[in-house]
Amino acid sequence: MDLAFIIALDVLNGAASLVLLCLGLAIIFGMMRVINLAHGEFVMLGAYATVISANAGLNIWIAMLVVAPLFVGVVGIVIERCLIRFLYGRLVDTMLATWGLSLLIVGLVTTLYGNTIKGVPTPLGGFSVGAYKSSYYTLFLAAVALVMLALVYVVMRRTRFGLVARATMQNPGMAATLGVNPSRIYMMSFGIGAAITGLAGGLLAPVSGVVPTMGAAYVAKAFITVVGGGSAILAGTASASGLFGLINQLGSYFTTPVFGEVILFISAIILIRILPQGISGRFFKGSL
Amino acid sequence: MRLPRRSVLKATLSASAALASPALLTSRAFGADAPILVGSLHDQSGPIAASGVPMVDSLILAIEEMNAAGGLLGRPLKLVHYDTQSNIQMYSQYAQQLALKDKVAVVHGGITSASREAIRPTFDRFKVLYFYNTLYEGGVCDRNTFCTGTTPAQTVEKLVPYAMKKSGKKAYIIAADYNYGQITAKWMTKYVKDNGGEILSVDFFPLDVTNFGPTISKIQAAKPDLLLSALVGGNHTSFYRQWTSAGMKAQIPIASTTFGLVNEPSTLDEKESDGVIGAYGYFEELTTPASTSYVKKLKAKFPDIPYISELAAATYEGFYLWAAGVKAANSIERDKVVAALEGGISYDGPSGKVVLDHATHHAIRNAYLAVAKDKKWSVIETYEQQKPLDTAGVCDLIKKPTDNQQYVIKI
Repeated sequence: MDLAFIIALDVLNGAASLVLLCLGLAIIFGMMRVINLAHGEFVMLGAYATVISANAGLNIWIAMLVVAPLFVGVVGIVIERCLIRFLYGRLVDTMLATWGLSLLIVGLVTTLYGNTIKGVPTPLGGFSVGAYKSSYYTLFLAAVALVMLALVYVVMRRTRFGLVARATMQNPGMAATLGVNPSRIYMMSFGIGAAITGLAGGLLAPVSGVVPTMGAAYVAKAFITVVGGGSAILAGTASASGLFGLINQLGSYFTTPVFGEVILFISAIILIRILPQGISGRFFKGSL
Repeated sequence: MRLPRRSVLKATLSASAALASPALLTSRAFGADAPILVGSLHDQSGPIAASGVPMVDSLILAIEEMNAAGGLLGRPLKLVHYDTQSNIQMYSQYAQQLALKDKVAVVHGGITSASREAIRPTFDRFKVLYFYNTLYEGGVCDRNTFCTGTTPAQTVEKLVPYAMKKSGKKAYIIAADYNYGQITAKWMTKYVKDNGGEILSVDFFPLDVTNFGPTISKIQAAKPDLLLSALVGGNHTSFYRQWTSAGMKAQIPIASTTFGLVNEPSTLDEKESDGVIGAYGYFEELTTPASTSYVKKLKAKFPDIPYISELAAATYEGFYLWAAGVKAANSIERDKVVAALEGGISYDGPSGKVVLDHATHHAIRNAYLAVAKDKKWSVIETYEQQKPLDTAGVCDLIKKPTDNQQYVIKI
């Protein structure tokens, strides 16, 4: 029974990390149709921002929850102005450009900070369930994932900015005739997507090995989840993260970590074969 | 006058030969002073660079020292280094370049076992002497290759019984999913069983796994006394952090064949690294005069150098062993140097005395056991002059000098 509870926590942890990793990509790729192959590097930048500011003496919570998203958000806006804004509507070109960008970011960070592992200690402690142990940080991650989902929902559904943003993504020309500046909205959306990704990086920093190349481990999973989720940012990301988190964690537990990864990728292929539009293309039509 | 084409050709050829002859003569005459080229293939960028940088730094230092002392056979030495960028393709490409274009006298290089196996055949084919200075899973049997790093019989054989004595007989193995991890896990299994222990499970992880939650639960359910780790790389470092944050650190001790090879003790929090047991051929913390002066010289020359591990020390010692072989052979010709190196060449390096073993072309060297404490290694045991018994069990280049393969232990 205790073991079942701990495994349930693992699944929760897997799903929550996926939600955090994918939400930003869902905005940038799902909503804006920019294939951002530098997504993993945004995660890495968030992690570096956290590690460096925390090691410089800043409170770890501020470093994770404020510095990481702010820094990566600003980086995102700069990148959008200098690179991405010339490439809207050119899906393949965005892929090439952001791939180059990811190499550049990895190179820059390596030059500046070297390529040895950095880290900050994990805050909060562990707790016991019967004979088993888990960490409060797992629960914290899940809580932040929920808060982020709620926040994106409120902003997109209940604010003027959310309405304008959704309208611009659907039909930039029509939005422009109604007095909206699409270029500004694109910039803001990209910045928000980057900031959420930076937050994910900041939150993962205490439980991962922070190196310049760490992004590579996340980018494939993030894309699979977003594609599997379909066009609805929230419903799609949440349902796909839940499903893939469950499959990956249970797969790793009951077989081996190698098969855990294999099972995840096979189920993603099957899912996309059966539901080419993703989960939200079939089950949560019209939802956000 | 009619000039036959043939005689014109002859005349011009002999004339040009006569004109060129001073150049040919001088280049031969000065050949004795031309630098001896020492090849190096190490990753200076990409994920493995943190291991490769101190290795190249050691080579640069060793060559500088030797040049300051008058060079080798009266000739200066010159390093020809290529950054292999943590990319196996680059290894193959630059190996050909070193052998065919640069025509180096010896190559020191290769970090992962995969990279070694990519370049070893090239150096065999083009008859270029090759030194592999990295600790590895053992078993390489090749007369053209010398392996100066430690193998499992020198380290794992010490690590496992020490850890078992401290904690208990039931062990759980976690390892990286490629040849190093797979073969090292077999050695761990062997030594646990030899010491009367039991293996509860062996789990392998692809190098891009970052979430170890399910594994940590699985280990808790298996309730081992001891965790043996051969995890590799930045992503796998997550394991130690997630293990600590789950509160397991104080419950089950970890012994590892890879932890601390780069700079894990100094970058992880004390909570995450304290108490991890490791065994290598060298630790930066060794206090012998040879070790402290080596570390001091390296740090003075390269202030930003990452942790100086066995990889760097074995590279330094590998270079000096080769130089001793050249001196003994009084030549840089491969066959003569190999024969000299097989004659029991030894060198007193930062890790202690290192002797090359004729039968295996591996090193007989000291091994050390240490426990991570306060972001450093604290060395607690020294094992003098350990033989590469694992490779010796399968490889005998005295009896069969033409052998050329990597043996894999069968358990």
